Amino acid sequence: MNCIVCIEYIIVAVMVLSAIFAVEWGDLLAAVVGMTAVSLFASVLFFFLQAPDVAMTEAAIGAAMSAAVFIFAIKRTQRYESEEEGAGWWLRW
Amino acid sequence: MISLYYFGAISLILIGMYAVLVKRNLLKMLVGLSIMETGVNLLLISIGYVSNRTAPILSEGATPQNTVDPIPQALVLTAIVIGVATTALALTVVINLYSKYKTLDVEEIRRLRG
Amino acid sequence: MVKRILAIIMLLIVGFWMANALSGVPFGEDKMLVGKYYLENVKEQTGAVNAVTAVVVNYRGFDTLGEVTVLFIASTGVGALLWRKKKERTAKSEGSVVLRTGSRILLPFIMLFGAYIFIHGHLTPGGGFPGGATIATAFLMLYLAFKDYEIEHKVFEPIEGLAGVGYVTVGLIGLAIGSYFLFDWIWQTWGWGHENIGRLLSAGFIPIIYTLIGIKVGTELTGIVDNMVREEVKGND
Repeated sequence: MNCIVCIEYIIVAVMVLSAIFAVEWGDLLAAVVGMTAVSLFASVLFFFLQAPDVAMTEAAIGAAMSAAVFIFAIKRTQRYESEEEGAGWWLRW
Repeated sequence: MISLYYFGAISLILIGMYAVLVKRNLLKMLVGLSIMETGVNLLLISIGYVSNRTAPILSEGATPQNTVDPIPQALVLTAIVIGVATTALALTVVINLYSKYKTLDVEEIRRLRG
Repeated sequence: MVKRILAIIMLLIVGFWMANALSGVPFGEDKMLVGKYYLENVKEQTGAVNAVTAVVVNYRGFDTLGEVTVLFIASTGVGALLWRKKKERTAKSEGSVVLRTGSRILLPFIMLFGAYIFIHGHLTPGGGFPGGATIATAFLMLYLAFKDYEIEHKVFEPIEGLAGVGYVTVGLIGLAIGSYFLFDWIWQTWGWGHENIGRLLSAGFIPIIYTLIGIKVGTELTGIVDNMVREEVKGND
């Protein structure tokens, strides 16, 4: 029912699912959001593994700095992965 | 079999490696590389964990017999910052590639050789 | 399609091999060897209460100098690769009223919080690197809120350089006084702060080095953001 082990299973499952979506989506902004979600869930797992310095550093740097630098690079290049139309239902959700 | 944290870290490494091997867009490859770095850091910290012990800060109540290993945490603290610095440098190379070749597809850049 | 299937098969083989190797490392057992020595002697030899930051700055200070060098090379590389003759901001619209007002109010508190993190690095979790990243986040918020905001280049770049020079100077003072580079002369030669373990003014040169690292990382990440945001504006358009 309410055990701390259940929360660990849920967080690891959502982290792996978010990583799969980050790699698969065709819109690159959505992929960056997925990568940020992976970083934030990893920060929560670092807290469960009794490592507070690493959790703070991952939350500050992985979530804020890495996402911002990626979004500035997307602004200066292109937003979608490939420009072809009708490439399949899985590319542009 | 293996513990839950090992499974999560290995899956992140494999998903990141899939993105680097199969995808054709340069920015998607860099997303995969960054996910792989997060997975490696998670694996390093989960090796240094000892059950039923607390964080390595020796204030009142925590004795040296009661804390987890501080050395993998010192190593990962450095690795996270270096990861974001190399990602920023790789992204500026991608920006310069786009302004020269007008495409981000690795197959076409390999053929252009401008 | 063939490439995809071959990649998935190879990744499954690699994953199975890694899982097989990790089943010989039991999760949650006590395997500390060097960590035990560091934990038992950290209070007398360094005076810090946080064992992780004592390892990063005091026992392994030279590796931290190498990391600061890698950050400096990355920041210089970003500035060199994106250099154009004339760069300007190309944002088309400002942020909303909520964003502008909120960022003006929150800016001093975020910088205060970042300074708190790196000044208390030897007592509470954190240290120089998340503190510097928090200060860089404050400037990133200003970049996102205002259309024409730029940092003062003549103030930021000398501060970054002087912080890096300061770290090497602290190490060279240790070489001049005692025996080796990055020798903790405040704790071991002068003996300041021995009765103050657990409070702010203790732990030798760890607060000094973390302040320098925090300032350097904060200004460096802000410089990276600034270089990536401003684009080249062609003269005749």
